Amino acid sequence: MRLTRYLPLGVALLAAAFLIVPAILSILAGITANYFRGLSSGLTLRWIFEVWELYAGSIFLSLWIALCCLVVTLLIGVPAAYWLARNPGRMARWLEEFVSLPLSIPGLALALALIQLYGSHLGFRTSWLFILTGHVLYTLPFMVRSVQAVWAGMDLTTLEESAASLGAGPWQRFRDIALPGALPGILAGALTVVTLSIGEFNLTWMLHTPYLKTLPVGLADAYASMRLEIASAYTLIFFVIIVPLLMAMQWASDRARRLTR
Amino acid sequence: MPLSQPSQVQRSVMSNQQFLTLCLLPLAVFSLAFLALPLVQLTLGAASSEEGWGIYLKILATPRYLATLGQTVVISLLVTVAALLISTTAGLYLSRTRFPGRGMLISILTLPLAFPGVVIGFLIILLGGRQGLVNQLMPGHVVFAYSSLGLFLGYLYFSIPRVLLTVMAAAEKLDPALEEAARTLGAGPLRVLGDVILPGLAPSLIAAGAIAFATAMGAFGTAFTLATNIDVLPMVIYTEFTLAANIAMASALSIVLGLVTWFLLLLARSYSGGTVAAGG
Amino acid sequence: MTLTLTNIGKTFADGTRAVCPTDLSVAEGEILSLLGPSGCGKTTLLRMIAGLECPDSGGQIRFDDSDVTDLPVERRQVGMVFQSYALFPNMSLRANVGYGLRMQKLPRPEIDARVEEVLALCRLEPYAARAVSALSGGQRQRVALARAIAPRPRVLLLDEPLSALDASLREALRDELAELLRRFNITAIFVTHDQTEALAIADRVAVMQAGRIEQIGAPEVLYRQPASRFVAEFVGDAMALEGSRDGEMLCMAAGRLPLPAAAPGLLPYVRAEDIQICADGPLTARVDSVTFLGTHYRIGLGDLGQQPLYCSHQAAVAPQPGAMVRLSIPKQGIMMLPQSQASAR
Repeated sequence: MRLTRYLPLGVALLAAAFLIVPAILSILAGITANYFRGLSSGLTLRWIFEVWELYAGSIFLSLWIALCCLVVTLLIGVPAAYWLARNPGRMARWLEEFVSLPLSIPGLALALALIQLYGSHLGFRTSWLFILTGHVLYTLPFMVRSVQAVWAGMDLTTLEESAASLGAGPWQRFRDIALPGALPGILAGALTVVTLSIGEFNLTWMLHTPYLKTLPVGLADAYASMRLEIASAYTLIFFVIIVPLLMAMQWASDRARRLTR
Repeated sequence: MPLSQPSQVQRSVMSNQQFLTLCLLPLAVFSLAFLALPLVQLTLGAASSEEGWGIYLKILATPRYLATLGQTVVISLLVTVAALLISTTAGLYLSRTRFPGRGMLISILTLPLAFPGVVIGFLIILLGGRQGLVNQLMPGHVVFAYSSLGLFLGYLYFSIPRVLLTVMAAAEKLDPALEEAARTLGAGPLRVLGDVILPGLAPSLIAAGAIAFATAMGAFGTAFTLATNIDVLPMVIYTEFTLAANIAMASALSIVLGLVTWFLLLLARSYSGGTVAAGG
Repeated sequence: MTLTLTNIGKTFADGTRAVCPTDLSVAEGEILSLLGPSGCGKTTLLRMIAGLECPDSGGQIRFDDSDVTDLPVERRQVGMVFQSYALFPNMSLRANVGYGLRMQKLPRPEIDARVEEVLALCRLEPYAARAVSALSGGQRQRVALARAIAPRPRVLLLDEPLSALDASLREALRDELAELLRRFNITAIFVTHDQTEALAIADRVAVMQAGRIEQIGAPEVLYRQPASRFVAEFVGDAMALEGSRDGEMLCMAAGRLPLPAAAPGLLPYVRAEDIQICADGPLTARVDSVTFLGTHYRIGLGDLGQQPLYCSHQAAVAPQPGAMVRLSIPKQGIMMLPQSQASAR
């Protein structure tokens, strides 16, 4: 009885420690004057400033790409989710499966595919739009599914029939009924897209050029060539950006799921 | 007069279909240009070397690729088993027990869900690298970050949240009356676990296992940061492409990897029905 | 407005025939009920009138003199109350009611005035400030009704408007709905599977089965002169009397019963309220079950054939189960109906 009660708690605590301790270490390392000598060497913001000088461009590029990625996934994903919600059936399932391929195929393979087809179009290959394309490819299914799940759970068909019987045309029904209903899903999808885009590495590493480094590409660069304190400070900045987004994303996704139920 | 009506009417009936078609158009154009065509190109690229389609046989005939494939599968299997054990134990406990700090614990256990693989690799270096925690606490130079243990821990790091979320979602859907019925019939806690809870969770556990396995198979960022000496499939694809410029082999290996992870996640979806993503 | 359906049928893409080609007309201001078991095609017929389903080619739907067959729903000017009410969750009660008026692009003051007018008509003013999610089932139904009639539709269509309510509420709201519909003075068609609803609300009832209208008529006619066995069984739970025929007599296991007519092709049917327990009745039966229902006892009678018969017994005391009782059935309580349904129109 004792064992069955405390063993699981112990496992949970150990697992949590395994996940959180290295994150805390990286935060400490980022603000320690000399990590090799330990905290006794004093706390400093020096590394953070150094990272800012070195990598501010990467950080802004990532934020810019995440924002553009959000706009594009909204413009493509929300109408597509609407189509899927209005045409349920085998055709919609196949289409959804196809669009979701980037979720289940490693980013490396997708990047190889993109490079082989568009690599020779140098104007495109070397522009930030090439990275954006990869990010949209990877995040689009999250937007589509998040929005579509809300519509699937709210009896969209009857609500729209009801609006139609009151004289609303297709666009008015989409604007007045479907879109307001989907807002929780759109919010959850949007936060997911931004979070994933800012953290995306697998595709971006293959697609980027030396002049276009996103935040995670810069991280990989720092891990490989900078001293531990700078790498940690950069990771700290990344955490400051990504952790609130992650928490907001989980909150919004739970909320969307609750509202759909 | 009745003859003139239909044409006007037809237009308005069409407009509903036209609107829906318009909704699908952006996705259709984007997916065709940046998903369908590139994947076709990848398939053709794999067959572009002298071997042609025989390149897939070459994978099986080359010991290095076979060993890579074997190592990737073994390490992914180990990660899957470990993640299932840890996350099922913790997830079941967290979904059925209320105690102060529970929400915090769940947050910690699920937050790394969307950490990129590179960052997780770095966190493993902080644990087991030359300046890592273990090396500082245990004199004698214990450095494991760049070994297969480091890779295993890195993969485990991003598998725990994924499996935990699946298990907890499934555990909350289990009908508590089933468990209570078993208890009224005289089953002890362990019997209930074995006879009611685990069988009820089985589909989700299979799904979670498939997710963990597929994610580990395709993980690139972690292996890349740990710059490990162990050949895992994504690293071999990367080196074939960048260092050896062997585009055909890189493509062929990508296709094999993509098919494996796609199939596994399809399996996972058919068991759990949720959104399932690889990555890491 | 007069509604006229000519040769309206519906075959779904998979080949199932939901509605056989049907003619139907509904007069100005008339309330027609489409009554039938689930799957009989009544909702499909309603949805074709609304414009939510396309009828098979060859059919025609006319509102007064205009052919609306090819008109999409949003241009048909129908008001529709859905089974689930389909209130827009993202809008307030007032915005719901005013939605159809906004689609007509009426000026703001006129919309507000018409909304208030309809809210008053449907006795919704006390709740007008509430969110849709804070309304009870009965209030939701009235909002759905108010929303449907606010744009002054040419015809009001109601799809099982009472079935989403609790049984205890349904009866009170049934009478209220009937009263409101009369007050609107609008051509209305409502679909239901509940015969008491149909009889209570409608001017005329169309009983449907397997995609066909079996009989159409005033509630009293339908109840007292059902045209077929199906109508008799569905409206008022008629029971078949089994036995061999000897002229105008029916020879049952329980005794000989005089029939209203010899009519050899027709079969006799009876309702529970027309079977009387009396000491000098011609039939003898065993009491199998006694159920007290407040206003009367429902008594199950055995030994009368393959199907048990039930009798509504209005008395202070009921016989004990197992007792033998004598029964009489007056001639005017016996309905002589054709066996096959196809010949019943």
